[in-house]
Amino acid sequence: MSEVIHADHHDDHDHGPAKGLKRWLFTTNHKDIGTLYLWFSFAMFLVGGVLALVIRAELFQPGLQFVQPEFFNQMTTNHGLIMVFGAIMPAFVGLANWLIPMQVGAPDMALPRMNNLSFWILPFAFGMMISTLFMEGGGPNFGWTFYAPLSTTYAPPSVTYFIFAVHLMGASSIMGSINIIATILNMRAPGMTLMKMPMFVWTWLITAYLLIAVMPVLAGAVTMMLFDIHFNTSFFNAAGGGDPVMFQHIFWFFGHPEVYIMILPAFGIVSHIIPAFARKRLFGYTSMVYAVASIAFLSFIVWAHHMFTVGMPLAGQLFFMYSTMLIAVPTGVKVFNWISTMWRGSMTFETPMLFAIAFVVLFTMGGFSGLMLAITPVDYQYHDTYFVVAHFHYVLVPGALFSIIAAVYFWFPKWTGKMYDETLGKIHFWLSFVGVNVTFFPQHFSGLAGMPRRIPDYPLQFADFNMISSVGAFIFGLSQVFFLYVIIKSIRSGQPAEGRSWEGAKGLEWTLPSPAPYHSFTHPPVVKDEEVLG
Amino acid sequence: MREIEQMKHQFMRTLVGMTVLLLTGLAAADELNLRVGVTDISRQVYDLHMIIFLICVAIGVVVFGVLFWSVFNHRKSRGVEPATFHDSTKLELAWTIVPTIILIVMAIPATQVLIAMYDTGGEDMSIEVRGYQWKWQYKYLDDDYNNTLSFFSVMSTPREEIYNQSLKGENYLLQVDEHLRIPTNRKVRFLITAEDVIHAWWVPDFGIKRDAVPGMLNELWTIVEEPGIYRGQCTELCGKDHGFMPIVVEVMPEAEFDAWYSSKVSLDMARQETIGDALTHEELMAQGESVYGTYCASCHLANGEGVVPVFPAIAGSAIAQGPKGEHLDLVINGVAGSAMQAFGRQLDPAQLASVVHYQRNAFGNDVGDMTQPQDVINISNGQ
Ligand code: HEC
Ligand SMILES: [Cu+2]
Repeated sequence: MSEVIHADHHDDHDHGPAKGLKRWLFTTNHKDIGTLYLWFSFAMFLVGGVLALVIRAELFQPGLQFVQPEFFNQMTTNHGLIMVFGAIMPAFVGLANWLIPMQVGAPDMALPRMNNLSFWILPFAFGMMISTLFMEGGGPNFGWTFYAPLSTTYAPPSVTYFIFAVHLMGASSIMGSINIIATILNMRAPGMTLMKMPMFVWTWLITAYLLIAVMPVLAGAVTMMLFDIHFNTSFFNAAGGGDPVMFQHIFWFFGHPEVYIMILPAFGIVSHIIPAFARKRLFGYTSMVYAVASIAFLSFIVWAHHMFTVGMPLAGQLFFMYSTMLIAVPTGVKVFNWISTMWRGSMTFETPMLFAIAFVVLFTMGGFSGLMLAITPVDYQYHDTYFVVAHFHYVLVPGALFSIIAAVYFWFPKWTGKMYDETLGKIHFWLSFVGVNVTFFPQHFSGLAGMPRRIPDYPLQFADFNMISSVGAFIFGLSQVFFLYVIIKSIRSGQPAEGRSWEGAKGLEWTLPSPAPYHSFTHPPVVKDEEVLG
Repeated sequence: MREIEQMKHQFMRTLVGMTVLLLTGLAAADELNLRVGVTDISRQVYDLHMIIFLICVAIGVVVFGVLFWSVFNHRKSRGVEPATFHDSTKLELAWTIVPTIILIVMAIPATQVLIAMYDTGGEDMSIEVRGYQWKWQYKYLDDDYNNTLSFFSVMSTPREEIYNQSLKGENYLLQVDEHLRIPTNRKVRFLITAEDVIHAWWVPDFGIKRDAVPGMLNELWTIVEEPGIYRGQCTELCGKDHGFMPIVVEVMPEAEFDAWYSSKVSLDMARQETIGDALTHEELMAQGESVYGTYCASCHLANGEGVVPVFPAIAGSAIAQGPKGEHLDLVINGVAGSAMQAFGRQLDPAQLASVVHYQRNAFGNDVGDMTQPQDVINISNGQ
């Protein structure tokens, strides 16, 4: 068997990628699979974005104008699910596929066939989930956190499809993570010791462990739901002796690490881009690694800060308040290190750098509101209001999403062999920057003023903020369509890029020609300190 | 060089100016900030909120100040050569320890306020708050937790306002048919729970919020000094009409409250006496329409069409046109494991009879029989 694979391998080594559709269906190449992941996540990003615009259109003015409440709830739910599981997570996996083999000096991922499977599960999972919107009774309408019993006893009939889709996404994530861990631990070039690994590789190694730890928990939660719905169990049904609050504990035991799954790789990306454009080595590499590890550890002991209002004993509230506040320390270390990297560097501000700096500033603002939310007695006032909506959108949009966009611009020349159009890139940045702030900044105010989240209509005092927010959302949405245009235009007619496409870019991937060869390193590269440590 | 110095000054001035503007702006405009509220707890919460917020602003000014300073000055276009430092144990220690100290400074008042909030017990009266899809029920309890008075509180904003067919009133979406009333200066304990899904009961001006979870009793308390009407909303997604189940609490001077309470209890008793009396078709239809509008229309819709298949239509329904006993039984006992509640525990026999009569004779249903309160009483007594 292994000989057969070996022979195959030599085959496509000689001939390059297969032609046509087959290339994409049967590919085991990390770059092709990375490309598939990235385009898939972009497609999901647009779908999720359209749902968000439906929400913002309805909330433009008080009163019900465009959609009914039951449809509105499907929009908020699917917007959240699609953005989290369909856009952000697959985009990071796509980046991991493209970059990790190149950055550790390997020819490909360790488990290429599983790699193919973990991608090709996703279109089916999301096809199934999105199809529920067209079923009788509608799709999931219980929020992306799907609290029982709203998601069990009171759910629309399509919930079973939703459960199955979540299982598939989980399987895909677990396979992807196993692959990433196997690649990082086994396929590093000689001399690439753990403490010389690029930050993106480090953050993904830790993220992959988080995923393997928590995706089964999510699978457990939805399986219990399935049993409650179809087999008369009462895990979450109080009338049968179950406990709806247990659902939340299980969900957030998955869900809190999940939010770090969506931000740790972003930390990695920014830790590459800032040194490159500051032309200065990353400040405090070792502390950066330890900070990521501490954040990952802490992420397992803070989950109930999502549940301060659920009714816990005082001691429990205090424990989760303190542990949550602690996360600010390693997060602060990262922000300080990035700023120290910029300090006395020799900076230029190409598009990836602009997105990275915006990331540092706006993510930190999301961190501040996070710290405020950690303070239990005031969290009672913020909880489930638009203040929370503003908070998590600040860490996820100018946080996770901006880092992904920055990564796309940064590594675009390496992937395609072409430079993107810098002017268009900058226009895209400024549109996105303005759009994101106009959308989400006013939501802090509507939240403080008392507007609950997930409502299709609102009292009159919230009208001004919502109108501004909606305008911002449409600016932001259109600027992402513009992003698509920039990318396609650059793929078609960009200027040829050099191997080291940026003056200050360091790392093994930049020692390869652009575009990178189909099999990255067929012979292990020599790992030089000045290259990998920047 | 002069130019750079000038730019630096300009930059710092703008930064400071903007911060001051932002802060005064925030302090001046109420609607941009958390409310101070009307209870001791809500004021403590507000102060805590301001402390944490100002600390965050201060940290932000320093951190972003350094960042933007660097962005302005350490540019390649200025001919700056990159420095080569990349590590400093002292700095790393400093920015681990200093934030930890700041966090401890924040945690102390936070712990104090939280402990104050958990000071339950010693209450003067207790009220059970029960969330339903999409209304609240309030039960006044005596010392032995017997129910002495109870009623539902349902949003009273007309559909026409929601659907933009008429002008929206001042308290759009924040008005109910019956306020929860409590006296001033008495410690009121709320026992919070839910009948179907999870809801959350929040009165921002009191600084209190708690989830209403089926099968669980949560505790909250408040003491309000100022009479007034205070409004809030359900804050846990609870289905279709989550946005339409407001909370309105009317705080009354103690004497006024006591008078209201005893008159309410005696009115209730008087109604019990005549509850079984037979009604005419017209009376049944009139009362039925109003009960239907308040209690049934959120799911089955005002025109009886429902939201198929989740909420079945009443128009043309086999049950609403079938035997009276089965129809009554379904409405009184609900359908276990579905959103159809057991209305026998929410409505009195006259209301139940009239809504069932109405369903059988409206929306094109034309059964033509009479449903009387006595039918309901018979079924409830197991006959
Ligand atoms: C929270 C939503 C909700 C409310 C409010 C509600 N119902 Fe229902 N109702 C349902 C659901 C769901 C069903 C279907 C139950 C089943 O069979 O699973 C139903 C079924 C019915 C049926 C049987 C219809 C048929 O043909 O199967 C009748 C009759 C009925 N409800 C009457 C009422 C009355 C009278 C009220 C008001 C007092 C009311 N409902 C309020 C959700 C609701
Ligand atoms: Cu509710």
